[in-house]
Amino acid sequence: MTELNSKIPKGPVAQKWSNYKAHQNLVNPSNKRKLDIIVVGTGLAGASAAASFGELGFNVKIFCYQDSPRRAHSIAAQGGINAAKNYPNDGDSVYRLYYDTLKGGDYRAREANVYRLAEVSNAIIDQCVAQGVPFAREYGGSLENRSFGGAQVSRTFFARGQTGQQLLLGAYSALSRQIKLGMVTMYNRHEMMDLVMVDGKARGIIARDLITGKLERYFGHAVILATGGYGNVFYLSTNAMGSNTSALWQAMKQGAYFANPCFTQIHPTCIPVHGDYQSKLTLMSESLRNDGRIWVPRKKEDAEKNRQGLLKGNDIPEEDRDYYLERRYPAFGNLVPRDVASRAAKERCDAGFGVGPTGLAVYLDFKESIKRLGKHVIEERYGNLFQMYEKIVDENPYENPMMIYPAVHYAMGGLWVDYELQSTITGLFVAGEANFSDHGANRLGASALMQGLADGYFVLPYTVQNYLSAEIKTPRMSTDKKEFEEAEKRVQDRMAKLMSIQGSKSVDHFHKELGKIMWEHVGMGRTKEGLTQGIALIRELRKKFWSDVRIPGKPDELNVELEKANRVADFLEMGELLALDALNRNESCGGHFREEYQTPEGECLRDDENYKYVAAWEYVAEGEFRLHKEQLVYEETEVKARNYK
Amino acid sequence: MSASLLRFSSITKKIWMALLGIFLLIFLVVHLSINLCLLRSDPRWFNDAAHFMGTNYVVKVFEIVLFAGFILHVALGIILQVQNWMSRPVRYAVNNKSTTPFLSKYMIWTGGIILLFLVIHLTNFYIIKLGWASGPRFIDGEPNFYQRAVDLFSQPVYSLGYILLFIVLGFHLNHAFQAAFQSLGLNFTKYSRCIERFGIVYSIVVPLGFIIIPIYFLLIHSAL
Amino acid sequence: MNLTLKIWRQKDAKSKGKFVTYTLENISPNCSFLEMLDILNESLIQKNEEPVVFDHDCREGICGMCSLYINGRPHGPDDAVTACQLHMRKFKDGDTITVEPWRAKPFPVIKDLMVDRTAFDKIIQAGGYISVNTGGAMEANHILIPKPAAELSMDAAACIGCGACVAACKNASAMLFVSAKISQFALLPQGRPEASERVMKMVKMMDDLGFGNCTNTYACEAECPKSISRSNIARMNLEFICAKASWE
Repeated sequence: MTELNSKIPKGPVAQKWSNYKAHQNLVNPSNKRKLDIIVVGTGLAGASAAASFGELGFNVKIFCYQDSPRRAHSIAAQGGINAAKNYPNDGDSVYRLYYDTLKGGDYRAREANVYRLAEVSNAIIDQCVAQGVPFAREYGGSLENRSFGGAQVSRTFFARGQTGQQLLLGAYSALSRQIKLGMVTMYNRHEMMDLVMVDGKARGIIARDLITGKLERYFGHAVILATGGYGNVFYLSTNAMGSNTSALWQAMKQGAYFANPCFTQIHPTCIPVHGDYQSKLTLMSESLRNDGRIWVPRKKEDAEKNRQGLLKGNDIPEEDRDYYLERRYPAFGNLVPRDVASRAAKERCDAGFGVGPTGLAVYLDFKESIKRLGKHVIEERYGNLFQMYEKIVDENPYENPMMIYPAVHYAMGGLWVDYELQSTITGLFVAGEANFSDHGANRLGASALMQGLADGYFVLPYTVQNYLSAEIKTPRMSTDKKEFEEAEKRVQDRMAKLMSIQGSKSVDHFHKELGKIMWEHVGMGRTKEGLTQGIALIRELRKKFWSDVRIPGKPDELNVELEKANRVADFLEMGELLALDALNRNESCGGHFREEYQTPEGECLRDDENYKYVAAWEYVAEGEFRLHKEQLVYEETEVKARNYK
Repeated sequence: MSASLLRFSSITKKIWMALLGIFLLIFLVVHLSINLCLLRSDPRWFNDAAHFMGTNYVVKVFEIVLFAGFILHVALGIILQVQNWMSRPVRYAVNNKSTTPFLSKYMIWTGGIILLFLVIHLTNFYIIKLGWASGPRFIDGEPNFYQRAVDLFSQPVYSLGYILLFIVLGFHLNHAFQAAFQSLGLNFTKYSRCIERFGIVYSIVVPLGFIIIPIYFLLIHSAL
Repeated sequence: MNLTLKIWRQKDAKSKGKFVTYTLENISPNCSFLEMLDILNESLIQKNEEPVVFDHDCREGICGMCSLYINGRPHGPDDAVTACQLHMRKFKDGDTITVEPWRAKPFPVIKDLMVDRTAFDKIIQAGGYISVNTGGAMEANHILIPKPAAELSMDAAACIGCGACVAACKNASAMLFVSAKISQFALLPQGRPEASERVMKMVKMMDDLGFGNCTNTYACEAECPKSISRSNIARMNLEFICAKASWE
């Protein structure tokens, strides 16, 4: 059994990263050429890491399932990226960013990692500006900031409502430059199918060329997974259709631990669900909460009439509106962290005050801001979001308040990694949303982009080098080795098994069913009974899947259904672990809310005595997991109850 | 020549197309001002202008430049078109319904029609000028181009064709004017609206100027 | 609503394709176009037929993966949207909808409605970046950028690389895509040092890949889901002229 050693460097928290860098091992330029690094995923973390490795002189192979690295789902992030620049002179500092992130994560993140994240945040902004990312500017030409949930300062940098896109395109351009220079080889439309282990170390991957359907073997001295989160286990989420957890799950089967899977973030401002055929939920950036006010009708009868379409939001007079966030959390108001805002919306809707045809929506109103700032200012800030809303809902949000509802958005959990972002498998590193490290039980807005780029630009280039410095004598391995052969065989067998079922239901059918179970039993409000029942239902569904799924076509050709089946098969296992973790964690914290554990006012009730640990799960067999605990030690910060009142 | 034209980058070809187009746009104004002399009932106005254009050395040099420019404009147009066809070997089943400026997609066709007309037009004048055909009656030893014009314009079919062709030219110019500025990269300033409007005015006024002449001959001159 | 779909089916890059007609009933007008295709695929799988292959991923109009030529228009009959943001309320009950893949020599069909757009990546690789290594950047606020320039740069940077401009252009020209990237950097002081080299290299790559020439019909602008302006093409042309004059 692997010991969970988080390898946190010694010294005060503010000096840990400097100490690490000062004492780590490096690889000299001539040796860098002899070392291969595999990166899976081309989002912010993957693309920035691959580009940085290329610049350093390593040989990099990078993989993505999309047709181009620029499509990775980081591109959909809207709001912004945090950094402790303190340009507005409003009292920000590295320490405050660190503290807000740690507190926002409900004290379930590792101090040292979070501090490092805050520490490198400023360099990210410098880097992105140098790359030509067109951040919003003040009239004087300097960078503009706005505020975001969970913070009392304005530290969020943004490029309209397309910050993720712009940052990703920045990383993509850096990656493209390295591809052109021959330092990075791009494998697009390739999906990682399995991890290859040689002598206990990660040494390569088996990838499937999605066009030809052929399995291919790739060697690397180190393997980096930057494959994003597992939100699609809920089927309906703000993730892209192809976002999946399969790379992580295959790594887990090879010995990596999955940490805190129950920490999933439900984003408060998404466009509500409107039909069975729906394939995806669309996020409306959290930045909207800067100028929008959230409310539901104060009177139940008004809500009732609204649901029947008899009373429009606009026609409900001011005194009959309940601005419940401002009422409950006067200090942070509409800018409380996401988990708090989501639960508050659910609470109101469950109590019968929800609006819209389904009653599962609350209003986000801009009337006052439009009056105060003028329509053009709102248009300049959120124009594209408003347009997006109108296209989907067919209603003009300048005239009628927006309807929003929480939806699954982000996975704080992920593969367990140490301070170096190395998993329990030697040589396997995990970056970005795919790891668990920085956000604890809840991620603050504009922190995901920060973490992805921090890992890729400023952490991995150091820590992976530290690892590779001991690998300079390891020659490139032939992919004819038996370990590669065995791994390929595993993949082949599994695909053959999937193809042989030829049942009666499509992959999507099972995915939707899984999503319903997850949302119902493992969603925003979790209970012991619900989770236990959920686990049973998932197991049952998994059995059905493996006996009744229908996949047309052949395995050795472009086969979209087979791709989906591979992913859903892993979700069907992952969902169970998520529920199991939620069941194990007998407390409420951040995005994980167990209804048994709440304060009389309905806030999270943490149990620091028993659960101030990272739950890292080891895969034993299908549906069987072993729990390992990494106790969280807070040397710098006093652990307190979160309070946004 | 065509080999080096082919090697030009797409933007270089665009730029040449635009420069030559603008040159031809200027020439059209000169041509029009001469043609408008036809409206004077005294043939000497027109014949003098024609004589000047036919004998002045500067004009003669420009004539060569004009011909070269014209041929290059046509050659580039054809090369561009062939390359453009080749860049989409499999066509769509449903014709494109994107909103585009009027007839902008059919520049090669309007251009082709204009070319056809020009061949006829040049035949009408150059074969006489070069002495390949018996010209109209002479005045003081000079060919009487005025009379030639009168003869041609009094044929209703010829005049009608002439009018139709200038309408086509109008369409060609309507798109060409602002497109030339776009190609030359002068279309992202606050003046681009002015350029666009001036282009529309130009593409109406210049062809209209030419069209007035056959109308004058058909309706008024023949009645005189 | 009830619909008739004529969809291009092509087994692989080498096979000859053809249109196949399908009918769908009871489609909700609130359904997105891609969700409508999901419903079609579900019914095909039930009938043991192969589902229609099409590219899609984020389904919120930003990844640029969806690429359908619907009834003669890239991304279909709505303005400033991608196919995934197109909703069936834009069609009428009983409509016949023809769906084709993007057609251009540099975008060969892979299968059905899926095309290969790596040509765009190659153009970016040719010079669509600012050459700065990680860690070598100066303090961000040392570069002051006038707000209007930053805004124009952002307008151009909004390009999602979907290829609708190429698909719409009668010449399959990639000018709007290329010019958007060139403009984004040309407008920023960080992008100036490499501006000449960038425009020369990217235009050369665009030509070499077999994209057509621009004849200023502006169909690209009309169909761009992000409403990228043709003024970017003008800016690129000028950049090119200046580069020609000073470079080489």
